[in-house]
Amino acid sequence: MALRTLCYIGRAIESTKIGLHTVQTGARSLSTSIRVLNKPEYSVTFVRPDGEKIKAKGKEGDTLLDVVVNHDLDIDGYGACEGTLTCSTCHVILKPDDFAKLPDKPSEEENDMLDLAYGLTDTSRLGCQIQLSKQLDGLEVQLPATINDARS
Amino acid sequence: MRKQNPDFPLSFFKSVQESSHFTTMWKRSCSFLPSLKHSQFTASHFSCTPVHFEPTKKICIIGSGPAGFYFAQNLFKKVPDISIDMLEKLPVPYGLVRYGVAPDHPEVKNVINTFEKVASNKNFKFHGNVTLGRDVKFSELRQAYHAVVLTYGCNEDRELGIPGENLPNVISARKFVGWYNGLPEDKDLEVDLSSETVVVLGQGNVAVDVSRILLSPIDLLKVTDITEYSLQALSQSKVKTVYLIGRRGPLQAAFTIKELREMTKLPGVQTLLQKEHFAGTENIIPNLPRARKRLSELLVTTASKEQEGSRYFRPTFLHKPVEILGSSESGVVQGVKFEINDIDHEKGIARGTGKYEVNECGLVLRSIGYKGTSVDSDIPFDSNRGVVVHENGVYSAGWIHTGPTGVILSTMSDAYDQSNRLIEDINKKTLNVTNSKPGFSAIENTLNSKSVVTVNFEGWKKIDKIEVERGAAVGKPREKIVDVAEMLRIGGS
Repeated sequence: MALRTLCYIGRAIESTKIGLHTVQTGARSLSTSIRVLNKPEYSVTFVRPDGEKIKAKGKEGDTLLDVVVNHDLDIDGYGACEGTLTCSTCHVILKPDDFAKLPDKPSEEENDMLDLAYGLTDTSRLGCQIQLSKQLDGLEVQLPATINDARS
Repeated sequence: MRKQNPDFPLSFFKSVQESSHFTTMWKRSCSFLPSLKHSQFTASHFSCTPVHFEPTKKICIIGSGPAGFYFAQNLFKKVPDISIDMLEKLPVPYGLVRYGVAPDHPEVKNVINTFEKVASNKNFKFHGNVTLGRDVKFSELRQAYHAVVLTYGCNEDRELGIPGENLPNVISARKFVGWYNGLPEDKDLEVDLSSETVVVLGQGNVAVDVSRILLSPIDLLKVTDITEYSLQALSQSKVKTVYLIGRRGPLQAAFTIKELREMTKLPGVQTLLQKEHFAGTENIIPNLPRARKRLSELLVTTASKEQEGSRYFRPTFLHKPVEILGSSESGVVQGVKFEINDIDHEKGIARGTGKYEVNECGLVLRSIGYKGTSVDSDIPFDSNRGVVVHENGVYSAGWIHTGPTGVILSTMSDAYDQSNRLIEDINKKTLNVTNSKPGFSAIENTLNSKSVVTVNFEGWKKIDKIEVERGAAVGKPREKIVDVAEMLRIGGS
């Protein structure tokens, strides 16, 4: 908890720095940086196999893996390969409607990894390949049972 | 330097509540506080002199590969009052992540970041260059710790049991991997790459790894952490064709699709398959489970694809090796004799046809699997299956628990499951953790008496730093040190 708070403070300081810097360097970069700072945030919910919900927010373009890492969410072993498409630990199951809403179909490489995932379904994806967007705001994804289960 | 637990003081509180041992010490040092009880702890009490205390639950993990680290990670997460000593035979950590994962698959090694986090826990100690069964006895560990966890993997090969298996130029894929990855015991392996044709016996992912290393353009390997001596040898290699040979049919291939797809995209290399091996599979493939179906489809598509390149990767099915043939004068390998198998594609059962064929080659790599062994006669071990069996106070995870199959993900899953079993045993009181145990101090005496030089995690970081620096000088992410004595000079304490 303490660490998390520190991280937040750190990030806040970082943002302030960016803000100050851009004020000095002129209006044009100021507007760019405001856009970066004001990147819209969207919410996402991870549902554990036992039904427990973990809610978090991420910026537009963040992947589900980014959200888990940035918020240090307690999901065992999530994202072991750090988003390089060489494992399937960030496997999530989407609702059919959400699955259909995703802008890109899984690549061959993503499907190759999904082939090795436990509890694979027709609406499975890797969290490192799903980016938050306005269209997906409020997305709710299920964590598969075999890995990342509620072991505590 | 011990690192401060970032969760302090919260985790500290949690530990305090769980640790009667600590409470006693705390009471002694804070005796001015009247009748101190757990419930009375508040932040203000932290104003008195900090006391160093040792966790009361002491666990020893043998082996520092993924199984050991994931096991430790889960214990630290769920048991606050616990210390872990990790013993490793080599001076350096990470097991097969360092010595098994192919050098051209650096992404797979990202798991090391997680392991480093585990190692930074103040209650974690790494002790490299300590061999169980030689430097320290299993019975001593059982005495010194509340539980001993065996995660030392599988260090031998399964053998074919056919004539000619011990000829020169028949080497195990495991040793070949150890050679190019800089495993100290395999650094001097003699690898003869003067022949144009290599036969790899076996069709698992290790078999594909060694084939890819043999066929890859040298420029792709130059930028990896492959050892310099193997890069030299491979740059002068005459190898043009690698056969990847298995007894069963294409629908039973043991490699996974990622590894096959990588081969089909390897520059300058054609992946050639025999179309006749797929006869009769057309009606079966569409109904296979997803993963098997996609793999089979990729094989079928590749079989009829036009390709370019002057090196050849030839996965060959339905060939059962019966003898490795050597020259009568030098004894060097000249070829492998196979019996041709027939297969019922649906049931996957292969049968000999009584027809034979000889495949000429100058090097044979045997890649039919690893085998777990007991490294100390007191370990509860099932020699038939090559796995550790559970007994009170003894746990295992990874390949020495499940047998040598599966990727890092399956090992991670097993390590979490088995560490949960240990935690459950603590909670159910079937594992006694209330009696006082000496932990590493008892082992240290034994090691000192035998003059064993050990490497702690700071020592490994020194080795790591030098390896990265030496790598940077030649445009590689790392140049591994392959000599144990040199590792000990740098990191020993």
